[in-house]
Amino acid sequence: MTETSSKISLLSKNARQVIDEAVKKYPEGRQRSAIFDALREVQHENKGYLTVELMDAVADYLKLEPIKVYEAATFYSMFETRPVGRHSISVCTNISCMLRGADDIVAYIEKKLGIKTGESTPDGRCYLKREEECLAACAGGPMMMVDHKYYENLTPEMLDRILEGLK
Amino acid sequence: MTEQMVNIEIDGKTVKARKGEMIMQAADREGVYIPRFCYHEKLSVAANCRMCLIEAEKAPKPLPACATPVMEGMKIFTRSKKAIAAQRATMEFLLINHPLDCPICDQGGECELQDLAMGYGRGIARFSERKRVIKDENIGPLISTFMTRCIYCTRCVRFGMEIAGIQELGDTGRGEHSRIGTYIGRSVDHELSGNVIDICPVGALNSRPFKMHGRGWEMTRHETVSPHDCVGSNLYGHVLRGKLMRTVPRPNEAVNETWIADRDRFSYAGIYSTDRLERPMLKQNSGWHEVDWETALAAAAKVLRSVNGDAGVLASPGSTTEELYLLQKLARGLGIHSIDTRPRQADFRDDEFEPLFPWLGHSIEDLERLDTAFIIGSNLRKEVPLLAHRIRKASLHGAAVMFLNPRRYEFLFPLTAYLSADAYTLPAELAAIVKAAAKAARKPLPAHLKDFVQAQAPQAEHEKIAAHLLQGKCAGILLGHLALSHPAYADLRMLAAALADVAGAKLGYISEGANSSGAWLAGAVPHRIAGGRKAALKGLDARAMFTEARKAYVLMGVEPELDCWDGTAALGALQKASVVAITPFVTDTMKRYAAVLLPACSFGETSGTHVNAEGRWQSFTGMAKPVGEARPGWKILRVLGNLCELEGFAFVSSEEVRAELKQALAEIAPDNQFKGTRNIYAEPPVKGFKRVAEVPLYSVDMLARRSAPLQATHDADAAWVRLSPVDARKLGITDNAQVAVQHAGARITLPVKLDDSVQSGNVFLPAGIAATAGFAPLYASVELERA
Ligand code: SF4
Ligand code: FES
Ligand code: FES
Repeated sequence: MTETSSKISLLSKNARQVIDEAVKKYPEGRQRSAIFDALREVQHENKGYLTVELMDAVADYLKLEPIKVYEAATFYSMFETRPVGRHSISVCTNISCMLRGADDIVAYIEKKLGIKTGESTPDGRCYLKREEECLAACAGGPMMMVDHKYYENLTPEMLDRILEGLK
Repeated sequence: MTEQMVNIEIDGKTVKARKGEMIMQAADREGVYIPRFCYHEKLSVAANCRMCLIEAEKAPKPLPACATPVMEGMKIFTRSKKAIAAQRATMEFLLINHPLDCPICDQGGECELQDLAMGYGRGIARFSERKRVIKDENIGPLISTFMTRCIYCTRCVRFGMEIAGIQELGDTGRGEHSRIGTYIGRSVDHELSGNVIDICPVGALNSRPFKMHGRGWEMTRHETVSPHDCVGSNLYGHVLRGKLMRTVPRPNEAVNETWIADRDRFSYAGIYSTDRLERPMLKQNSGWHEVDWETALAAAAKVLRSVNGDAGVLASPGSTTEELYLLQKLARGLGIHSIDTRPRQADFRDDEFEPLFPWLGHSIEDLERLDTAFIIGSNLRKEVPLLAHRIRKASLHGAAVMFLNPRRYEFLFPLTAYLSADAYTLPAELAAIVKAAAKAARKPLPAHLKDFVQAQAPQAEHEKIAAHLLQGKCAGILLGHLALSHPAYADLRMLAAALADVAGAKLGYISEGANSSGAWLAGAVPHRIAGGRKAALKGLDARAMFTEARKAYVLMGVEPELDCWDGTAALGALQKASVVAITPFVTDTMKRYAAVLLPACSFGETSGTHVNAEGRWQSFTGMAKPVGEARPGWKILRVLGNLCELEGFAFVSSEEVRAELKQALAEIAPDNQFKGTRNIYAEPPVKGFKRVAEVPLYSVDMLARRSAPLQATHDADAAWVRLSPVDARKLGITDNAQVAVQHAGARITLPVKLDDSVQSGNVFLPAGIAATAGFAPLYASVELERA
């Protein structure tokens, strides 16, 4: 590095360890493949979303151009690049779930949380993700994923319980 | 190597194709045009646009020609019903989200999408939904964006990754939200970045300075050559009503391939800067007056004839060969022998051993075939961007590329070794490599170098460089601009030559300006006359002509306070002399010292020849109307010759001038063999901080310095003092703080960049920029303090 100060210091010790482990899985010079592991960990440590600084830090750490990290982070729906609520709720609205009433589920959640799809609750508790494609649990539709956990055959009562359980 | 060939048939014609190549390549060679957007011969195959779909016998579906390898017996139909249907369908999809705003698009008339839509588009769109729209980012002063027009071919992204070596543009988002950009709205800074303007097949990336300035079909196209560096990139100039509107690459595989540097592309804007000298001017009764040409030329001739040969002549190494030939002919005819074109050189001790001209030692194309390259004193990317591109290719092919530099520079390719040392100790470092190489090769050291070389203690890095050079079958050693301006340049050169000898490598020079080679051959150096022969009467060099003040000076295309190694000395001498300046531009400084100002044509306005670093003669004609009353330099000099009553100035064209010089040259064969022998002179130790001067990319010559778009780039943001953090801490100086730099009573104040690539004791302070004009030699001891 010459004059530019590296942003690596923004990464926690744990995040660096996770990234180091990930890098080891790939052949030398292919550290680009570790972007996902890196972003996942960094997002997790940052209350569920990424900032440009954090993505830059990942890029510096992996010795990549930052744009490569932005590309990955914006392509995959599991990465958030703006501040969002700490619990991420994704309701599948693809065909099977839709036929089983996914739209009503979304409407119910929107009403209960008082936010529209794509928004977060003002207290920063919940984030209702805009779009999620089929999560491969079609047989259990309508379904949703909350923080990596699947809930199937949803009913309003279940939603009450699940949403109230989110702290 | 015999390539395996296969027989294929394209549209009924049997042709041979190289095994493994793509259908597109074979078709291109046969002159069969297959429509394409994402395919580009210099980039990897992305096969994402699908415009190149063709029909192949036995293939159930259309195949992309750019990504389908040829196979023996393959029958290809590029214009069959099935192929055309596939191409038309692709076009329809491509146009779904395209705004179809050709009437207000800069690309209109030279747009690949527009052209192909003419051939394959439907008259009426079936898509009536909303098109996606993209908000534009500001990606800097050179490239304008209109991303709603983008068709996602990713050529620009691949250009960054594969040619520039750094990805600045990317494809973020997904599906309909996908967009090409930097994501954070930063500028695209690579010195070759302007090439994305050409490779973008639509009007998404355009030239910002040219935006809304003209249409392709209104302009006339002229062949020309870039005036900035020793590559001499081939250009087309586009002229509208006598004005040069833009320059674009003219493909020439041997010189610039299909690329040009941003400096070649955007410097033309400087031609029309407000500094243009439009009419001849005379200083009379302590005031400046515009006069007619006759009066001005008579005044200039009077100055020249009145000094009895006691004058200095300094010209830019970017002048044309014809101008330089006439300039030296005029000067020598008047008994003026101090003529030079090497303003940034300091050490002329070995002039007599110099080669015929500062030859690259290789053809430009061959640089990429080197297996070992050792480059001494060069920030190559920022000195000659397209040579760096060739070296980058060599490196990617596996060559060992190594540097010896005063600080770490960023090269976007793998380096085998990088030796960074105090600028003032470069000769010693190089000597250590010579020692290591001689030892490894069991060769004796040349007697004249023995003492100095023996005194060095090679370290691992020195030995590594030596070992690679010895191993190389095709090794080159190149001296860069930082070596050239080094106070012990002659020593560096002698050591480099010794190293080349020991290692069996070829020595080459990365010369300054666009026409150093031409200048030498034309005799525009004090020790050579036209034809490269030794001058019987050697005049003073570019440095001595100012330290030993002359009565008069002729300056051609230079601003000594910015271009000279010791600008202070130059200004001092000029102020006391009669100065005739032949110049496209005028400044207040110039008006202070000059007596006669003769407006010369700038780039694009005159005919002439540049000889590039590999010795290639490239002639061009004038294409734009000269600004004001400016005249071609060679005409000005011809008239001056006549007015001075000198023989042999009856030329009617620049071609005649060139022909006369060519006669003097006869058959020349460049040869960089260095035959000099002398002892290394130890430079006197310098006290305090030691200045090192780099010349920023866009400050190399008068024209580049006046190009507003280039001056708005990051590379032009150079008015900084670079200091090692260690030294800064000792002085209590923090990043961005203002510091005063002093030398011999002169003092300038600039902000500091702490830079850990700078060696402790060195202070990097650029030259060629207004902030340091006329301040201290390029290498000098300076004092620093917090301002
Ligand atoms: S900006 Fe131009 S070159 Fe880049 S992807 Fe879009 S169309 Fe292709
Ligand atoms: S459609 Fe909802 S999980 Fe597959
Ligand atoms: S040119 Fe072949 S897919 Fe784009």
